[in-house]
Amino acid sequence: MASNKKYWKSVEELKDSSIVETLSKNEFVEEIPTDQFLGDKETLEKTSTSRRDFLKYVGFTTAAASLAACEGPVRKSIPYVVRPNDIIAGVADWYATSIADGYDFANVLVKTREGRPIQIMPNKDANGTTSARVQASVLSLYDEKLRLKEPTKAGESISWLDADKEIAQKLNNLKESGKSVVLLTGTMASPSTDKIISEFITANPNAKHVVYDAVSESGAADAMLAMYGKRALPNYHLDKAKTIVSFGADFLGDFHGGFEKQFIAGRDPKTGHMSYHVQFESNMSLTGANSDKRVVLKPSDQVFALLNLYNAITGNAVASKSTPVDAEVKSMATELKKSGSKSVVLTGLNDKNAQLVAFAINEALNSEIFDTTNSLNVRQGNDAEVVKLVSDIKSGKVAGLVSYNVDPVYTLSNSSEFSEGLKKLELSVALSTEKNATVDASNYALPAPHFLESWGDTQFDSVTYGLMQPTIQPLFNTRQFQDTLLKWSGSSVKYYDYLKTYAAENVLGGSSWNTALHNGFFTAELVAEEATFESTVSVIDAANQLASSAKKATGFELNLYTKTGLGDGKQANNPWLQEFPDPITRASWDNYLTISIADAKELEFENPVKDNGAIDGNFAKVTVNGVEVTVPVMIQPGQAKGSVGLALGYGKTFGLKEEMQVGVNAYPLYNGGNNIQYNVKVEKVSGNHKFACTQVQKTIAGRHDILKVASLKEYNTVAPKDHHHGWNKPSMVSYDHQEVEANTIDLWDEHNREIGHHFNLSIDLTSCTGCGACVVACHAENNVPVVGKNEVRVGRDMHWLRIDRYYSSEVETREEAKELGLGRGEMYEALETEAENPEVTFQPMMCQHCNHAPCETVCPVAATSHGRQGQNQMAYNRCVGTRYCANNCPYRVRRFNWFNYANNSEFDFNMNNEYGKMVLNPDVVVRSRGVMEKCSMCIQMTQATILKAKKEGRPVNTDEFETACSSACTTGAMVFGDVNNKEDQVAALAEDKRAYNVLDYLQTKPNVIYQVKIKNTNEA
Amino acid sequence: MKSVALHSNLTKVLLKSFTIILFFAFSLSSFSQDIDEARQKEGRKIFKSLCASCHKLDKKLIGPALGGVELRREHDWLKSWIKNNAEFRASGDRDAIAIFEEYNGSVMSAFPQLTDKQIDDIIYYTTVGDPVKKVVGDVAVSNGGSNQGSAPKWIIYFLAGAIVVAFLMIASLLKQVNELKGNTSPESTSNLKRDLHEVWAGLKRNTFLQVLSTIFVLLMGAYFLFGTLFKVGVNEGYMPLQPIAFSHKIHAGDNKIECQYCHTSAKHSRHSGIPSVNVCMNCHKNISEVAEGTQVEWDGMTYGKAELDKEIAKVYDAAGWDADALEYTGETKPVKWVRIHNLPDFVYYNHSQHVTVAGLECQKCHGPVEEYDEMRQFSPLTMGWCIDCHKETKVDLKGNEYYAKIHDELAKKYNVDQVTIAQLGGKECGKCHY
Repeated sequence: MASNKKYWKSVEELKDSSIVETLSKNEFVEEIPTDQFLGDKETLEKTSTSRRDFLKYVGFTTAAASLAACEGPVRKSIPYVVRPNDIIAGVADWYATSIADGYDFANVLVKTREGRPIQIMPNKDANGTTSARVQASVLSLYDEKLRLKEPTKAGESISWLDADKEIAQKLNNLKESGKSVVLLTGTMASPSTDKIISEFITANPNAKHVVYDAVSESGAADAMLAMYGKRALPNYHLDKAKTIVSFGADFLGDFHGGFEKQFIAGRDPKTGHMSYHVQFESNMSLTGANSDKRVVLKPSDQVFALLNLYNAITGNAVASKSTPVDAEVKSMATELKKSGSKSVVLTGLNDKNAQLVAFAINEALNSEIFDTTNSLNVRQGNDAEVVKLVSDIKSGKVAGLVSYNVDPVYTLSNSSEFSEGLKKLELSVALSTEKNATVDASNYALPAPHFLESWGDTQFDSVTYGLMQPTIQPLFNTRQFQDTLLKWSGSSVKYYDYLKTYAAENVLGGSSWNTALHNGFFTAELVAEEATFESTVSVIDAANQLASSAKKATGFELNLYTKTGLGDGKQANNPWLQEFPDPITRASWDNYLTISIADAKELEFENPVKDNGAIDGNFAKVTVNGVEVTVPVMIQPGQAKGSVGLALGYGKTFGLKEEMQVGVNAYPLYNGGNNIQYNVKVEKVSGNHKFACTQVQKTIAGRHDILKVASLKEYNTVAPKDHHHGWNKPSMVSYDHQEVEANTIDLWDEHNREIGHHFNLSIDLTSCTGCGACVVACHAENNVPVVGKNEVRVGRDMHWLRIDRYYSSEVETREEAKELGLGRGEMYEALETEAENPEVTFQPMMCQHCNHAPCETVCPVAATSHGRQGQNQMAYNRCVGTRYCANNCPYRVRRFNWFNYANNSEFDFNMNNEYGKMVLNPDVVVRSRGVMEKCSMCIQMTQATILKAKKEGRPVNTDEFETACSSACTTGAMVFGDVNNKEDQVAALAEDKRAYNVLDYLQTKPNVIYQVKIKNTNEA
Repeated sequence: MKSVALHSNLTKVLLKSFTIILFFAFSLSSFSQDIDEARQKEGRKIFKSLCASCHKLDKKLIGPALGGVELRREHDWLKSWIKNNAEFRASGDRDAIAIFEEYNGSVMSAFPQLTDKQIDDIIYYTTVGDPVKKVVGDVAVSNGGSNQGSAPKWIIYFLAGAIVVAFLMIASLLKQVNELKGNTSPESTSNLKRDLHEVWAGLKRNTFLQVLSTIFVLLMGAYFLFGTLFKVGVNEGYMPLQPIAFSHKIHAGDNKIECQYCHTSAKHSRHSGIPSVNVCMNCHKNISEVAEGTQVEWDGMTYGKAELDKEIAKVYDAAGWDADALEYTGETKPVKWVRIHNLPDFVYYNHSQHVTVAGLECQKCHGPVEEYDEMRQFSPLTMGWCIDCHKETKVDLKGNEYYAKIHDELAKKYNVDQVTIAQLGGKECGKCHY
């Protein structure tokens, strides 16, 4: 039950640290650094400036400044010469397109203003979803530092014409001499591009296409090929599942591109049923954090647990080993069998044998969730072919390499072999959107457009055909990969025409191209390929091989993973993603070795909290297969003992801004694309690392009932408001020496909220997975500045919307501990054991738009005031920066502009250059130094919706109001609307039995409503 | 005596010139006696309504110059061409095809509705040209008119100067008279001095008066300081020099072009939209010069036809229009207008709310633009100015379904028939600051 839990935010809190105690009381962790600009007494005395001089200077500068201010600057207003028909200055245009950058795949809508894309949202009609990375990809378009701007040969610029001529000549020579040429691309999931490539290969029979994914899921694809005869990834319809068992598959993260939407669709408590999800894992992943039951297990034990489950389900007796969780596995076997075809087993081990075993279990269960017909095309990389390619390049068997948007020099574990071979090639061409180490090492570098500047088509699964269209004129002298290949194949057709013909002939079947392009997708009738394929593998053999390889495991086991923010590292130069805090550790601008509390104690790793609220860390030397890297260490509650975790995608340096060159490159440890590495040595080495972690600064000041969690059983059977057992009890306060419900008394007069619109935002904690797409959407919509690692470290991050992560353990509260006579130390010790596997809850937190807002009362200049539509308004031009409001805000959601973050070389992120500024939303002001800012509940969007209705002379439609976060939310956890319109979804949600307000006993009456988190604890 | 002689001279000159004028006028009109004015007038009317968009008499436009076309082409040829040139060309007439090709195959409309008489009139008009104005008389009259217009200003200055001089003269005369009378009185001045001294001494002693006057001076100082500082950044009347002498008076006033014909986005968007050059070219493709006698007050000078035609040429330059070849060159240069209405970044203003929803006249905020040659900022654009209007303006919500419910409820709440914008929430900070 909710009230028995203790919520905590960092391991340091468990140590009864006095610093954390102090920090929990301060809103601003940093003292204002007066010493820095006043200096010390000695220097002051030494200075030659007398008091009189000082006053003179002050007087002069004041006078000069005021004189300068008297005359406004002359501004130019430059209209188009010929205005494009569909552009009206000041009105946004939306285009449907798709992203397919090799790691992220989605059908999206792009908002453009005056021809510039400024925001990406999911194309919900096409079932599109967006992650933080997809949301942020719009900023990568404007990365003038990293984008390739013109074709070059050996670093010297060359015209397209000459480049084409020379390359065609060389390709021809290679063809005639019969030397092998390889086309190396990432996964493109584009049927028309596949056709162009096959035509290229027909024209050049010496050419071969190799698909390389930096973060590989080759194991699953190979297993599919062996068992079902096609090389693709299986689809998992988790929305229909009753029981889900996952062995390290981070399917809310990047496993097979993510199944977030489907997973949450199967977990609506209103239906009375939720899927039951058990996660066996070593790292604390987003999926584990959202599971109903999380079983901590190091990777080798996961293999044995999987085999034990296989034995239990199929009745086979494959050699295995007992694990510490045999009891759980046994009960899961029963559970899976009970759910029958509604159950599914997934494994995240990138190993063909492990995948085969999991497939076999699903077959034995006759699982409807596991779908091999409507398979996924989002990871086509083939590890075996890549390994062969590297050796062929080294041995000289391959003489030419044309790469497209891949960076093997950075991402290959044996990249030195690759880059040495690359130098010896007769022809090396890199087509790429951005500069990278591979482009640098290739002879020709040909710029390719960003996906927002490109034509294209996509096919992520077997049924949905997506289209990609340009949303901006190409910024640089680029040419599409497809156009280049067509040209080299001797065709004079433009890719756009090719694409149109391809779609008309193969997909649209007479339907309109324009309609498909407008919608961004086309759903074809699924032609079911009957699986009459005879499996060529013996699962028993596979299982035996799996067991024997896992039996060799000694030492630490390393689980390499991708972070929600940076993924495979393609967008490492994107400041939004670097500043995006990891959902679990809340650290930004870093990767680190995650280690369990027990191992950390043994190896003497610590994460001390500094008095400014920042946390520090020690360094560890990690050795895998003779390769050493030195990484900072972060102690991670819920990490399996004997295992460590490290994120890929960091430590990229080539061409990146200095601020972005953070973290450690883990790819050298990524042997053979295997995300699990055994026999790892971890040693403590000297040094102190500074983390930029938003974890400790914002503690909750002992107010431990801001989260409410209940089990499905409680939800179904117990009255929510019951004073004793209720799971959504109203808060009680003492009034006139009587315990009364908090909402019966109030300090403030009631606002009249009946007339007009009244906005509410409902956040369902059950559906929120903590993915953070909303955080980046808010960045883009509201021009939220990036402040950099050092500022984040001292708690000056500017995110209007943050996602708090709470760990919780089922132990007595402080009071109960006292009753039991436990000392403080003992209580924390008890907590610490629980911290081996804590429960995790995410809570998006932004301005609560209190109807009785404490911040409004204390503002001396009335800069923050209450709107009739329920929004707490912030007039930046009125704010004088006293910061009283932030001090009086119980939710700690106000952000202070300590500096000018725009046009300031100290903060050289997107708001300090002409290209990066193109992403700014022209409807929202860029704030200046010294003012407070916070979530506005996207007032610019609500006002635009109202204006649209007014212009059309109609009432606002049902569910027409949206905010950036609510429209970015994949799972529908965030619902925004007008509670005075009874048909709006949010009106019902505000009255729901799960609805509650955070800190409701303060009677701030927020307009943000949370829905109690319901977990399926699988009780009868 | 002298003055009388002068007067008579002037009269003589006037009389003489009048005779000359009369003579010329007479001779001119007698010169044009053989023109059939009725036919000329009729022809001109039709020409202006049907032909003038593509043809001029003396200059090539879309089509060739037509002055004296009768001398170059047969009358019947012209008739066939005008009635239906496509048919005529199809019949295989070589000249017709040649001229069509010479003008890049731009198709001329057919005019089957014209009678032979009307075509004759048009051709007659192209031969005789415009009716000659009674030049001298006109000039005289217009000169008089302009004199009348400008006279008051200098007369006022002159009179004011004269009065000042007169006063000074009277004062010095009186002084001289006094001196001549022998009334040199140093006593009187010392008396005055003494009085002043006494008043000053009294003031010094009276603390109450001192305090009062100090307060008065401080208050006045503060008042004026506030007034001055408040004007900082308020650019009412701001009239920067624009790159093209564009006169709103000619376009919106004289020619009565709708504001939103050019400022198209005002009804859709937050911006009213500075028209793109292609909008100018909608008309100026055919209007390469201003009418005779057009005048524009620009940057303290009066621009006449010569100057204004150069301004139109600037539009052609920007649009990349070759006025001789009558085609676009493709070399465009955007016009860099100077922005007049500058709101700070932290203010959100939306034109469409005011234009489309509220149905305001542009002139409400921008002033009598149709009377301005040179555009300027009419309103102060201060927050007080916005708020005042929002407080006073009653909202006319009829016919807009959006307001149907909310207005009734608000009217009931405030107990009024029609609510103001402020009562509707138009005074909240967040409505304009985000």
